[in-house]
Amino acid sequence: MTALTAGFADPVLDAQATFRAVLEAMSRPGRVQRAGAGLRPPGPLNAAAAAVLLSLADADTPLWLDAGAEAEAWLRFHCGAPVVAAAGAAAFVLATRAAPALASLAQGSEEEPQQGATLVLQVAGLEEGAGWRLTGPGIAHEHRLRVAGAPPGFVAAWAANRAAFPCGVDVVLCAGEHLAALPRTVAIAEG
Amino acid sequence: MTAPDTEQRRRWMAVLARARAEEIAGLLAGLPPLPEPERLRPPETGLVMVRGRMGGDGGPFNLGEMTVTRCAVRLGDAVGHAYVAGRDKRQAELAALLDAALQDPARRDALLAGVIAPLAQRQQAARDAEARKAAATRVEFFAMQTTR
Amino acid sequence: MYVAVKGGERAISAAHAWLEETRRGDPAVPELSVAQIEQQMPLAVDRVMAEGSCHDRFLAALAIKQAKGDLIEAAFLLRAYRTTLPRFGASEPLDTARMRLRRRISATYKDLPGGQVLGPTFDYTHRLLDFALAAEGEPRASAPEGSAPVGEAPRVTELLTREGLMQREQAGDAEPGDLTRQPLSFPAARDARLQNLARGDEGFLLALGYSTQRGYGNAHPFVGEIRLGHVTVEFTPPELGFPVELGEIGITECQMVNQFKGSRTEPAQFTRGYGLVFGHGERRAMAMALVDRALRAQELGEDITAPAQDAEFVLYHSDNIEATGFVEHLKLPHYVDFQSELENLRTIRRAAEAALPEAAE
Repeated sequence: MTALTAGFADPVLDAQATFRAVLEAMSRPGRVQRAGAGLRPPGPLNAAAAAVLLSLADADTPLWLDAGAEAEAWLRFHCGAPVVAAAGAAAFVLATRAAPALASLAQGSEEEPQQGATLVLQVAGLEEGAGWRLTGPGIAHEHRLRVAGAPPGFVAAWAANRAAFPCGVDVVLCAGEHLAALPRTVAIAEG
Repeated sequence: MTAPDTEQRRRWMAVLARARAEEIAGLLAGLPPLPEPERLRPPETGLVMVRGRMGGDGGPFNLGEMTVTRCAVRLGDAVGHAYVAGRDKRQAELAALLDAALQDPARRDALLAGVIAPLAQRQQAARDAEARKAAATRVEFFAMQTTR
Repeated sequence: MYVAVKGGERAISAAHAWLEETRRGDPAVPELSVAQIEQQMPLAVDRVMAEGSCHDRFLAALAIKQAKGDLIEAAFLLRAYRTTLPRFGASEPLDTARMRLRRRISATYKDLPGGQVLGPTFDYTHRLLDFALAAEGEPRASAPEGSAPVGEAPRVTELLTREGLMQREQAGDAEPGDLTRQPLSFPAARDARLQNLARGDEGFLLALGYSTQRGYGNAHPFVGEIRLGHVTVEFTPPELGFPVELGEIGITECQMVNQFKGSRTEPAQFTRGYGLVFGHGERRAMAMALVDRALRAQELGEDITAPAQDAEFVLYHSDNIEATGFVEHLKLPHYVDFQSELENLRTIRRAAEAALPEAAE
């Protein structure tokens, strides 16, 4: 608590800008957006992941995270989100190290697919034009996305996640001040 | 003197939550000025869902929401918090500043005596006046003569 | 054939300008301030807070001013405003036994700890118009003060519960349902029903409560207790981890005591109907308590014979903002729907006329 640093300088406008970035990222899977410029969250939280959670998580969204006590106190303070012990009970899951299995997170139901979790996954780097081949809604032909530091076996797990549509998990990949999204509709082929 | 215990902190936060911004500012004006704090969270108005209990003492239910304004500042090592009913951002900011300052043993006694105690006194006086008005409307029953 | 049409912008903007002019009324008459409404029409403010489901006296007064005194419109404005605010969380459950009492009466016990305190009430007034109020500027007498101040008082229901004559409420701290987050579903639990009733239309609740007294539902209620006053609201911010006092709010609580003839598992005893509302809302709290008790028919194994006992009927029609939306939407253009009805009717007529050629002559 002693090292608590400020959140968004302008909570309304900064949250709106981040929301717009996430909306763009979800609409055009694999395209890299910027978010969190100027934010200095406690490590290991990166700026983009911090901005996403500041914008989307609140008292109504249970949060699971593996980012340690300092980041937890910071998010608790700025988002007011209840932190839960089981990743499967969370609406937002923040993974900064070994990500929990997609299948272990909230999947939603046929009646309420919106209850599926959003995984905010911190990775080492995001780069357009090479790497994975993404296809699906929001993509005219194919988007290429290179993800440095994706969890091992992610592409296979993703295929299972996609097969469960309309249920499943959405992912926001965050690296530094950059983010890209993988909505549950997108198909990933190794590049 | 060291860090305040939670009960003591709860008490001054409760007094500040019931005070108007001008009252707090008026009392602060008579004391040496406090340093400018760092704003951790600018004053922000939101809602708290107020809960009651079924039958008064049963399980909780949601009664309805109320407006609440919160603010957090840092003064030196101390983080001051305010959560106050209503939408007065100035009140929340002053309450957060005082919560931070009161955590500093070097400042605490002067602020307790100069700000918190007078506010608490006024609040108690207003409560007492209302309790006396209520008392005037208390029914004194007297028995009628029994008729045969 | 359907032709899409646009238009009316000019008419709408002129209508709104006229609305604003009529809201202000004769400019020769001084304008009402929001503070005047808040201070001098406190019961209207309380009703708007209750039905708007948002405790903020200033916002409710502002809504009344903007709505020209239409309290349902004002509650609508307040509900719309609250959707723009973030929610920090939920309070600790209010402890009404620790209320700072202005009024506290019981119709079941004459002598009770804390006594019968009338408070600022319309009861025992003669309902004669007071023309002295029309002559403004009259300094009115201030309320007298008594010697033994009214403090906290135990709830009357606790006295009966201690004797084992009142059904115990099931305590516990299970997370209650929230109608602002999850839509109503049936059978509705009592927590959801009470939330619905607390913000329900006062007229609707009053009529239903009245119906239970007149034989539509098997109620023989007594006012165990009505209490009006201020209660401290505590909230535990996640970043602090201990409850802080946000301040005080005014509330009214009503406990209706009803006889229950018992079941296979429970002895004959009294049961409660419960009313709790924002502000000073005695009629609303009493009506809510009557309806709450009527809606407990199913869980108490009583026959469901009356409208007030029918949870779907009551809970789906109690909200005056939903009701006004659906009733008043009928005035919006239904040109196409109606055209098809008209066409349908003409076809039926033509068919009928063709079937009876002689009748047409």
